[in-house]
Amino acid sequence: MLKQLRIALMSTLVLTGVMGLFYPIAITGLAQLLFPKQANGSLIYKDGKAVGSSLIGQPFDDPKYFWSRPSATGPVPYNGAASCGSNQGPTNPALLKAVQDRVDVLRKADSDNTQPIPVDLVTASGSGLDPHISPAAAAYQAGRVAKVRGMSLTTVQELVQKHTQGRFLGLLGEPGVNVLELNLDLDAAQKPS
Amino acid sequence: MNFNNFTQCAVYLGVLLLAAWPLGLYMARVYEGRSSWLGSLERFIYRLCGVNEKEEMAWKTYAIATMMFSGVGLLAVFLLQRFQNHLPFNPMAMGPVSPDSSFNTAISFVSNTNWQGYGGEYTMSYLTQMLALTVQNFVSAATGMAVLVALIRGFVRKKAEGIGNFWVDMVRSTLYILLPLSTIFALFLVWQGMPQTFHPSVTVPLVQAMNGPDGKPVTEQVLATGPVASQVAIKMLGTNGGGYFNANSAHPYENPTPFSNFVELEAILLIAAALCFTFGSMVGNPREGRALLAAMTLIFVPLLWLCVSSEQAGNPAFTKAGVDQSASMLQPGGNMEGKEVRFGVAQSALWATATTAASNGSVNSMHDSFTPLGGLVPLVMMKFGEVVYGGVGSGLYGMLIFALIAVFIAGLMVGRTPEYLGKKIEAYEVKMASIAALIMGFFVLLGTAVAVVTAAGKAGIANPGAHGFSEILYAFTSAANNNGSAFAGLSANTSFYNSLLGITMFFTRFWVIIPILAIAGSLAKKKVVPAGPGTLPTDTPLFVVFLASVVIIVGALCFFPALSLGPIVEHFTMWGG
Repeated sequence: MLKQLRIALMSTLVLTGVMGLFYPIAITGLAQLLFPKQANGSLIYKDGKAVGSSLIGQPFDDPKYFWSRPSATGPVPYNGAASCGSNQGPTNPALLKAVQDRVDVLRKADSDNTQPIPVDLVTASGSGLDPHISPAAAAYQAGRVAKVRGMSLTTVQELVQKHTQGRFLGLLGEPGVNVLELNLDLDAAQKPS
Repeated sequence: MNFNNFTQCAVYLGVLLLAAWPLGLYMARVYEGRSSWLGSLERFIYRLCGVNEKEEMAWKTYAIATMMFSGVGLLAVFLLQRFQNHLPFNPMAMGPVSPDSSFNTAISFVSNTNWQGYGGEYTMSYLTQMLALTVQNFVSAATGMAVLVALIRGFVRKKAEGIGNFWVDMVRSTLYILLPLSTIFALFLVWQGMPQTFHPSVTVPLVQAMNGPDGKPVTEQVLATGPVASQVAIKMLGTNGGGYFNANSAHPYENPTPFSNFVELEAILLIAAALCFTFGSMVGNPREGRALLAAMTLIFVPLLWLCVSSEQAGNPAFTKAGVDQSASMLQPGGNMEGKEVRFGVAQSALWATATTAASNGSVNSMHDSFTPLGGLVPLVMMKFGEVVYGGVGSGLYGMLIFALIAVFIAGLMVGRTPEYLGKKIEAYEVKMASIAALIMGFFVLLGTAVAVVTAAGKAGIANPGAHGFSEILYAFTSAANNNGSAFAGLSANTSFYNSLLGITMFFTRFWVIIPILAIAGSLAKKKVVPAGPGTLPTDTPLFVVFLASVVIIVGALCFFPALSLGPIVEHFTMWGG
């Protein structure tokens, strides 16, 4: 009994050293050496300053930008330090009201647009930080963005295309449009004027 | 199920079964001592810890060693959380974790449950994530694997007292299997975009400033990072599931791409499925291992189908609001509440099914927001005792318990003493197997009942109606199966839930392990009886179907009434209007 306890104490100590210190430190060293950009959060730099991460979405509600998906993080949407989903159940009246409100806001911002609204644009993501919208959600918004910015629809659609990431091997996962990168590019495209 | 969903599921299962086979045979070599490429490091560890690697343990000693090791781990995880504010590697200056949350998390990680009452990125220091959580991710998985190997030895050995050496089995599981796989996997994950750094969080400006809740403009976003990849790798492989971040593998830093998602998803079931091949190899009849794997797959496929098609069907109330949920070239459609665009319906439903088939419990979408039948699937998967592939080690030892019950029931039908793998299954083994199989249901139903009649229990509910009951039922099912996933709307970080769920996790882990080791000890002592004309062959399609039926019937008998009050009622409410 005592002998097993002594081994238990010693092995906890030794294995903590191996897996708790040596392993994460070795992985950190290798990661920083091999993939420094990813290991530090896939940051996007403009003029030497970090302006966002290509993996973490940001909130938008200005009609000149493509809007991201609704986010349930608190106290502000897209809080990168407190990820979470809404956890609202499918029959929860609060969820149904939230969806209806989002539909109304989208309709109001673009009253000529009669296309049905893609589901991902009115439902909160799991992380509250989803960097993507579906190509359908981008297509729905392209007309509004082009109109507000006075850009041609084709130019906007080309930028959407540029920031669309496909399925892995054409098979796995689903395609998405990176909203932050797209909006940064939209701003950059209009800067000279 | 549309073509896109079907392809994604088929590719997943195909790759899983192909990858499990060579890994399973390798693990058999490890446990039989035929692989020794890390021999010098292994012997160095034994010398430091005072382990005599030649020593054989009787089952009671093996159980004592398991309990001692888990007990010390429990204390270490508890203390690290309570004193993290005085320790290094805490760049974000996290304070001490509350006593009841520390208690819950300590049991949770030591019992391989990894239930998250806390939100990682705003609770745990880097040191706690590494020394407490990462370490337990490894060793709680290794403990499960060790107990399984001891049980397999019970079948293999003849007239023997010993069932192996816990320390050797646990250290070999860690060094030869978990650590090398995790190292490769962690680097892959960083390549895909997962952070791995000791720097504090990064602050970036928002492109478009927002109005905050207090009316002041919010102009910045804080991005929590840290040594994520090293922990997530073992979190997936060791069926742990406790996330680095609150949103777990839905968080883009914890699961950046469809490719990372696919590999993480394979990692959930890889070792558990591979252990079936290990079993076949160690008992000297690969067909026995394949039969267990087939029974597991037989349960997995229809439930996967149900989950994917329920989520794809979406929410009728959304359609009424003018929302398009149909699948097209431009969107996968379906119920997207709580799901990420890059995963869509197929990868989210696959994950929900796999993570609860195993005792993983990580999530890449919010199960609480699933459609009623989509959410029923993870609930049912756990209620089958997580024996469909299951947790590493714990899944297969659970399935072997069901195999013993199956041969016992078959024996009753024809009036013969049942045998399994040449060992007579007698009253002692059947009693122990019954304890192991029924303890989970006892804790789930009792815990749920206590929670729904007390104010403290009901206070945690987030969604009204039948769904609120499902949240509580899910929490106790998850804890009692050492899963760790949640209908996460439930506010479970209270002293009521932290204590009750903590106790549940402890007993359902160790009150299963001890009877299993007792069975191992009793079987090892027996001689082998040669198969006769009256022996029920256990490597045939007939036995596969019979075994799967036993698992389903035991689960349904325990839980059908509870399930009808939750997800089933909600399904009819949703579609009936």
